[in-house]
Amino acid sequence: MQRRTFLKSSLASGALLMAAGAGLLKPTRVLAAEWNKDAFTAKDVASAVKAVFGTSDAADSDKIKLKAPALAENGAVVPIKVSSSLPDAKKMAVVIEKNSSPLAAVVDISDGEPFFSARVKMGKTSPVTAYVMSGGKLYKTSQEVKVTVGGCGG
Amino acid sequence: MARTMKMKIKKKDNGIAEVLCLVNHPMETGLRKDKKTKQLIPAHHIQKMLFDVNGKTAADVSLAGSISKNPLIGVHVKANSGDTVKVSWSDNKGETGSAEKKVP
Repeated sequence: MQRRTFLKSSLASGALLMAAGAGLLKPTRVLAAEWNKDAFTAKDVASAVKAVFGTSDAADSDKIKLKAPALAENGAVVPIKVSSSLPDAKKMAVVIEKNSSPLAAVVDISDGEPFFSARVKMGKTSPVTAYVMSGGKLYKTSQEVKVTVGGCGG
Repeated sequence: MARTMKMKIKKKDNGIAEVLCLVNHPMETGLRKDKKTKQLIPAHHIQKMLFDVNGKTAADVSLAGSISKNPLIGVHVKANSGDTVKVSWSDNKGETGSAEKKVP
């Protein structure tokens, strides 16, 4: 009898675990937008940018400011800062060209200024590009960051 | 496991506040190998970070594994003194966390 009840309870909890694993029990807070898996797993810049903005044609603009070190000694921690004076900028992205998955971050701004700062990992010397979508058009600015010790893989 | 978070809010001009948020997180890319076992360390990184001002989302940040570990993320949101800024994050393993602070 005891064995029977044990089996029953373990079966029930097993089913619950499986349900949780399959994502049936959703977390209470639903996030505003899903993580863009296609864009973040894209292996080249053009397809990553296209997955984020819907287009990969970007014009160079001096209205985007990208602050990054010219020489980063440690590729595991490269501080970058993006800001823009473009009007109606609602979406920004940071792309590191030579990383195995180039897209590092996407920012959706609904109530604020186009500004983003973070520290990124870089595998090797590569141009870092900041994209800003403004008024239906895509703008970019780019800077080369030299890396002496890589921060990816190893 | 609860991960510690730190928030800093700096007031700027024109009703803009700079929100800096630090999360204690390993940010594994999934490309690194364990030196002893030679096995790939599975990816574990923050995917989403939401910045809410008074309960309304002001900025929505998506992150990849190429952000450094213990990420320090900064954004500018529209907020005045006394407004509550809430930062909540979730990672690819379903972990979540949040922190709140008032604009000084």
